Amino acid sequence: MQRIGDAPRTRRLLIGLAVALSVLFLLLPLIAIFAQAFAEGVAIFWNNLSDEYTLAAIGLTLLVTALTIPVNLVFGVFLAWLVTRFEFPGRRLLQTLIDIPFAVSPVVAGLVYLLLYGSSGWVGSWLDGYDIQLMFAWPGIVLVTIFVTCPFVARELIPLMQAQGAGEEEAAVTLGASGWTIFRRVTLPNIKWALLYGVILTNARAVGEFGAVSVVSGSIRGETNTLPLHVELLYQDYNTVGAFTAAALLALIALFTLAAKAGLEWRATRREQFR
Amino acid sequence: MIATFTGTAQKRVLPGFGLSLGITLLFVSLVLLLPMTSLVGQLAGLSLAEYWAIITEERVVASYMITIGAAAVAAIVNAFFGLLMAWVLVRYEFPGRRLLDALMDLPFALPTAVAGITLATMYSSSGFMGKLLAPLGIEISYTWVGIALAMAFTSIPFVVRTVQPVLEDLPQEIDEAALTLGASDTLAFRRVILPHLWPALVTGTGLAFVRSLGEFGAVIFIAGNMPFETEITSLMIFVKLQEYDYVGASAIASVVLAVSLLLLLALNLWQGRFIRRLHGGKG
Repeated sequence: MQRIGDAPRTRRLLIGLAVALSVLFLLLPLIAIFAQAFAEGVAIFWNNLSDEYTLAAIGLTLLVTALTIPVNLVFGVFLAWLVTRFEFPGRRLLQTLIDIPFAVSPVVAGLVYLLLYGSSGWVGSWLDGYDIQLMFAWPGIVLVTIFVTCPFVARELIPLMQAQGAGEEEAAVTLGASGWTIFRRVTLPNIKWALLYGVILTNARAVGEFGAVSVVSGSIRGETNTLPLHVELLYQDYNTVGAFTAAALLALIALFTLAAKAGLEWRATRREQFR
Repeated sequence: MIATFTGTAQKRVLPGFGLSLGITLLFVSLVLLLPMTSLVGQLAGLSLAEYWAIITEERVVASYMITIGAAAVAAIVNAFFGLLMAWVLVRYEFPGRRLLDALMDLPFALPTAVAGITLATMYSSSGFMGKLLAPLGIEISYTWVGIALAMAFTSIPFVVRTVQPVLEDLPQEIDEAALTLGASDTLAFRRVILPHLWPALVTGTGLAFVRSLGEFGAVIFIAGNMPFETEITSLMIFVKLQEYDYVGASAIASVVLAVSLLLLLALNLWQGRFIRRLHGGKG
């Protein structure tokens, strides 16, 4: 079988070029993060990590992520169920709408939330009357993070559920299963890996969101400073090693995300081979 | 509206239509649509002349130029790099291929601020790459090139991941037919393979461009943020907000928002037309 570009010279040239460019533009920056974080030794790295404000930033980031994931998980599953299992007017529009967060610049996302929920916005001023402040406080960070990450779970589920079709669920209905039972016993086992990957992507983005969060956070050290904002703060304080220590933590989460994706893909191709 | 919903719902076999529709609509309205309306509300108080004055202010126009120029360079670089990577990952087997494949998603997984400080440090005059390039007279950090570099980094996966599946689905017979008819590799690639990849390549490049237009976290660290020179539009919005000029920020944001939504719409329409043409009216 003849294939285009299979001559040994072309092959070597293209692979070499691809590897060289990837190393230069992707691998080197990744290595640089850890090199900088450990530039002054492991002890300093550890010291930076256990800094009071870094710990507070880690805590806030965990809180925001822990609140964002369940909300978007529930929404994503309901949305995917709705658009893949039913026909109704406006279905296409709905699928387009949930992609809005991907099209909107993070700073603009932060801005629209600030306008609505800030003390001069109409929801914000109403809440002000009850002494509830959402912006420049952690609830605002949670809100924009939910906005920015809401498409991920649905995006993973919709193509899969569309491909699987509703046959198995319909069979379950005729056997008399209730809605919750169908979901738990029929749908969930079929979608669990896609769901997991959707959650991992939501997690990665929620932990790392910068633009939208920096608009609504106010960056108060120890209070409304998430880990990415803390990276910026340290960097601008000329504490490079400190900044890269926090960055290394975030990079670890990114590496975990990549590993999870590779693992799930490997699993999927293996299952295909056994069929 | 409601009548048709319940009317068709009665014929549905699967449960949960009402509940899913209710939760989805509530979420979409509260999380996505309501905040968007606040932008319109903020701008409603402006006269057209005032709006025009804000969005055509000299410093703002300069930021459009810088953003669009750098995003265009980033997108074009990614078109070539993405095509190369997709080709190598799909067509060749070699040790480390899976690792390279996984590495392609790094820019999406890595927080933008982390990418920003890393690139800024690497390419600054005291950084590892900066030191290598300085003797050649190439400065990247705090210049326009740095902005394009950061934008290119964050949008790497778009072209690779849109072209890759199309290339995987191309049947081998295409190659053979072209080559047995005596075409050279380059000619066969250009005339036989590339036409099939074209829609995916344009879509991926377009998505990379849109993403680059809105990029903030990765760019601000390496840009230096000098007015008229290395200030991007997202930063303009941010600066206005810090001056509590919510109206000004909203006006500029509306331009950014309109441009990205229009571009995405155009991409969708173009893709739809292309697919219809390929499948002879269907699809």
